[in-house]
Amino acid sequence: MLNIKNLHAAVEGNAILKGINLNVKAGEVHAIMGPNGSGKSSLASVLAGREAYEVTDGSVEFEGKDLLDMSPEVRAREGLFLAFQYPVEIPGVSNINFLKTAVNEIRAYHGQPPMQAKAFLDMLKSKQKLMEFDANLMNRSLNEGFSGGEKKRNDIFQMAMLEPKLAIMDETDSGLDIDALRVVSAGVNKLRSKDNAFIIITHYQRLLEYIVPDFVHVLYNGRIVKSGTKELALELEEKGYDWLKEDIRLEEPVQ
Amino acid sequence: MTTIASNIPSLYDTLPAQFSTLTAGAQWPEARKEAFDRFQALGGFPTVKVEDWKYTNVIPFFRSLQTLQLPAPIAITEAQLEATGLLLPDVYRIVLLNGELQPQLSELPPAKQATVLKMSEAAAEPAFTAHFNNSQKLAEHHFAQLNTAFFTNGLFIEAKAKAQVEKPLHIIHLYHNTSSLLVNPRHLWVAQEGASIQIIESAAGLDGSGTMVVNSVVEAVTTERSQMSHYQLQTGGGQLRFINQTLVQQRGKSLYNNYTFTLSESELVRNNLNISLDDERTETHLFGFYIATGNQLVDNHTSVDHRMPNCESNELYRGVLMDKATGVFNGKIYVHEDAQKTNAFQQNNNLVISPEANIYTKPQLEIFADDVKCSHGTTIGQVSEEALFYLKARGIGDAMARSMLVKAFAFDITAQVKIPAVRKQVEQLATRYLSAAVNN
Repeated sequence: MLNIKNLHAAVEGNAILKGINLNVKAGEVHAIMGPNGSGKSSLASVLAGREAYEVTDGSVEFEGKDLLDMSPEVRAREGLFLAFQYPVEIPGVSNINFLKTAVNEIRAYHGQPPMQAKAFLDMLKSKQKLMEFDANLMNRSLNEGFSGGEKKRNDIFQMAMLEPKLAIMDETDSGLDIDALRVVSAGVNKLRSKDNAFIIITHYQRLLEYIVPDFVHVLYNGRIVKSGTKELALELEEKGYDWLKEDIRLEEPVQ
Repeated sequence: MTTIASNIPSLYDTLPAQFSTLTAGAQWPEARKEAFDRFQALGGFPTVKVEDWKYTNVIPFFRSLQTLQLPAPIAITEAQLEATGLLLPDVYRIVLLNGELQPQLSELPPAKQATVLKMSEAAAEPAFTAHFNNSQKLAEHHFAQLNTAFFTNGLFIEAKAKAQVEKPLHIIHLYHNTSSLLVNPRHLWVAQEGASIQIIESAAGLDGSGTMVVNSVVEAVTTERSQMSHYQLQTGGGQLRFINQTLVQQRGKSLYNNYTFTLSESELVRNNLNISLDDERTETHLFGFYIATGNQLVDNHTSVDHRMPNCESNELYRGVLMDKATGVFNGKIYVHEDAQKTNAFQQNNNLVISPEANIYTKPQLEIFADDVKCSHGTTIGQVSEEALFYLKARGIGDAMARSMLVKAFAFDITAQVKIPAVRKQVEQLATRYLSAAVNN
């Protein structure tokens, strides 16, 4: 589904990603962990198409197409979804109107007619139920005055509505209390299928107790320095990141 | 004065002659004479050298004008009214043509709730004599003086004491001309003790020839414990230019709400809104929204004069500037020494969409009391990049996302409108102007 090869990226001339290789297949959940400043969120931003990031080398294929060649909206329409670390508040745009517009823009891209009002509302209701999302939030302005937890839940609810092939969750667990974490994780688990895939970016192992990954990768200094299964996450939790940094330092040639 | 006269030779030079002809035998001769003298003493039409007109050069708009003589009245049909697209349900519809009441097209409120008369028939009304031409601020405005000198007609409205005027009064100003014309409508609206009234103004130009400058004055008075909501929907076609003076005097515990929404094709709209808080415990809300496209110039000058203690004023103006349009906002809040415990807030936000559009915005607070809460803020910007990216990341295209964000910015203001039909009409008009621009 997603094939990242030797990806290099920079912000304002500073190299942030320094050769990422990652292959994600349908049905898989990949966790990306790493210390602060290692490039985790940058990877999410580059994949979603944030303008500030300049790709300096490498390639990313998504379902056989060149992802880097697409605008952010086309990436989304092709089935890529970014759950934001900080979902944006947009006063004056109602949640429901926003979702309807998004659904219909994606449908138009695939040559489908706009969804009928009734069908849309039915879908909305069933997903609300599935995701345990408070219906009262639907008519409010997008994320305006939402608590941190409500914003993250809204993002996951949007994911349920848009049914992406690949969801990238950028530190979705940050700022969540344990109850919100449980609800958000349960939502993600309900959406997991053999046809879609998830990249879960997180700082802590805690989230991975709820959303069990197939693979765990450690990002450090713009590169994936270690990959393994879910046990790797436990090891990191126990030992921290310092032992990895030591290992890497030993491996790196003396300058 | 000679330099100014030479700016608009055709019109300014003819004013004394037009004054003698047009006002011969007219009512209120002393007031007119005094105002005309004052207009001339102020220097005639203001140039950009006058501080209040620094960014708004009216001279080119007056250059082509020929006369202040109204054309012969024409018959207006229901179909013509319908065609303006401005009609509202559940209102007392009051139609004016060049400031002149058209009774056959109008439905007035019950006499026990409100008196509605032509200004020319109101001279004997006690509320008229008490308040006509009474606002101190009139003397400061060049165009208000010109209006007092030359005004033809307009509406006197008096909401009776304790009356709750059931439905809003919807004044539809129709304008018609056969040559380039300066028209001066004049209104006086009084809400008596404990009364409550809603007044909506709309404007439309009928087919005619030449351009037309509408120089109007509204004097409004809210007496003790009364409430007035005043909607100025500045609609209207391309041949119209507007210079409005709205002068409000508030007495004790009264409430005045003003909604000034400029959604038109007029090349020039200048609003002077002056509120004078003359007694304690008044409340004032001013909401403004303007969309300026093409070469339009939309200028809002507001002032709120806190003269007495314990009053509250709240002002929120927003604008969207596109193409080569220019916006001006000047918001003055004056808190006099006696006006302790004043709460005064002001906010002006502008979205400048095109690189060639301009906005000049200036909050102006002068505070002479020491126990007050005052704040002001002004912003000029484009749509938020972060919000834009969020929408795009959900599959929404660039143009659609921008349009959603601009509308959201605008509808935050229109949401303040309390009359659903007005809100709907305003949002439709706003959508039309915004879509045209965003899709360019």
